[in-house]
Amino acid sequence: MDDFVSESDSDYTSYWRDWFISSRGNEYFCEIDEEYLTDRFNLTGLNVEVQYYQYALDLINDVFDLDCDDEMRETIEKSARHLYGLIHARYIVTTRGLAKMLEKYKKADFGKCPRVQCNSHPLLPMGLSDVPNNKAAKLYCARCEDIYNPKSSRHAGIDGAYFGTSFHNILFQVYPALVPAKSAERYVPRCYGFKVHAAAALVRWQNGKRDEMKRRLRKMEIDSGFRDGEDEECEESDEDEELDEERKDLEASETRSAH
Amino acid sequence: MSTSSGSPESWISSFCSLLGHEYFAEVSEEFIEDDFNLTGLQTQVAMYKEALEMILDVDPDDDEDDEDEEDEDELDESGGEERVVGGGRHHSRVASDLSVIESSAEMLYGLIHQRFICSRAGIQQMSEKYDLGHFGVCPRFNCNMARTLPVGLSDIPGEDTVKLFCPSCLDVYVPPNSRFQTVDGAFFGRTFGALFLLTFPDYDISKTGADHLTSLSRSGNNSASADETLMINGMFARNIAPGLGAGKVYEPRIYGFRVAEIAKSGPRMQWLRNKPDDINELDEARLYAQQPGDSDDDDESTTQNSRGGARRRPPGNARLRTAQRQAQNGSPMSLEAATNNGAEAEL
Repeated sequence: MDDFVSESDSDYTSYWRDWFISSRGNEYFCEIDEEYLTDRFNLTGLNVEVQYYQYALDLINDVFDLDCDDEMRETIEKSARHLYGLIHARYIVTTRGLAKMLEKYKKADFGKCPRVQCNSHPLLPMGLSDVPNNKAAKLYCARCEDIYNPKSSRHAGIDGAYFGTSFHNILFQVYPALVPAKSAERYVPRCYGFKVHAAAALVRWQNGKRDEMKRRLRKMEIDSGFRDGEDEECEESDEDEELDEERKDLEASETRSAH
Repeated sequence: MSTSSGSPESWISSFCSLLGHEYFAEVSEEFIEDDFNLTGLQTQVAMYKEALEMILDVDPDDDEDDEDEEDEDELDESGGEERVVGGGRHHSRVASDLSVIESSAEMLYGLIHQRFICSRAGIQQMSEKYDLGHFGVCPRFNCNMARTLPVGLSDIPGEDTVKLFCPSCLDVYVPPNSRFQTVDGAFFGRTFGALFLLTFPDYDISKTGADHLTSLSRSGNNSASADETLMINGMFARNIAPGLGAGKVYEPRIYGFRVAEIAKSGPRMQWLRNKPDDINELDEARLYAQQPGDSDDDDESTTQNSRGGARRRPPGNARLRTAQRQAQNGSPMSLEAATNNGAEAEL
């Protein structure tokens, strides 16, 4: 019996978290520090969320030494994964956690934005709810500020609560320099080169909204985050959303002559 | 000659069944055989004649007499592997020549395809593929798995790969699977996506995913039946970007509190996913006509025209509406051209 315990122990010792974050489908998770896990304060309230809380925590901390059957072990294992996720949601908004997630973000571990105009900007995982077993994890693009479904089905099943609704926004509050430059570039549906009226009318309306926002921000002397060139030309024309090269050149020369 | 049409061994059908070519429609042979449809392609494709022959599964000219016969022979011996068939057919040619023709044929087929899917038969075929969900769904969460359409960002081959246009949010996305990264966007063209929406105005764009979404997007108006047929700017109001607008724009929050616009990391792109709560706000021509004391610099007749055509229409005869829509479609364009210092007219 002692043999079995030590055996299973060595199997998991210092490996459980390693194993967890490196197993397939868990690419979005970062490794939680030992110190964070051992500080009970960080785990406040989680004991009511997770079944077999103590065993699950022991398993995560690699001090699990309960002699039990496979079925029990399976249940505890499941609880441990759930508990890890819930702790993860808290951990990633700490300074250390943010730094770890930032590394993963920079490596584009969470995938890239599918939107063409975002130019494969890296995504961040997020939840639509902080309550577990509610909504699956989604991906947030900081460039277009929209949410996307994960490409792969193995990520579609991850609970969104393991990342939470605040993490990605906190990240950019803590690292404001990382807020990507926004682009007014967009797709305009066309038929043989002509814009389609319904879509173009909507685009004009949206551009109006954008210019309103820019004016608001300028009044308060806040950087709108858009690239300079576009910032200026918006004032003059409410029809600046041209993907055509000629038109862009024309506008560029216009602004140049205006200076 | 057309013995091979529709047979699964034809070059066209085997090209379309290749991995990564799932978005392609099968161009009918009649369409290719009409020279008018191929106008100008000679100059764009190397070895044009040979490539065209390969697409149509026609033998080279030198053995024109037994063309039909040979064609049938080959059909028998080919087992779905068209590339092998192609190799066997032109036994007189060198292998390197063949690969050039093969790639020329693919290019030519793509360019014909770009034209074909904008024709009546082609767009019909694409609509069937759309119905079956062959083009995938929009990755955007708030579009609720709306089906997408393959489009190109350029009509010139070799510039960009195929993209997916989501009619629900009017944006373009990179296909999720990397195998589509090898498909040229010009083979679908810039026109198809928009033309599709104009050709099939009755499609419920947001159908896939959740039906409650459509009712949600319409909840602002009280009478559902009038709303059903409400047309604005030549499209059913319910089909104008159903995935955008209030409730479908992401609002960043930290611990439940919204992030302020004045924050450095505050929201800046919400306009992109926004839509007026009252869709009638987009009826620019009507609003313009309603403005008091305007139209001093504009053509009076145009304004008159648009006022009549763009008024909010009660439910009625669909054909009548279509006729009116055409009249309405024309006028805002001329208005736009006049106000835009003719910049648009250059197009």
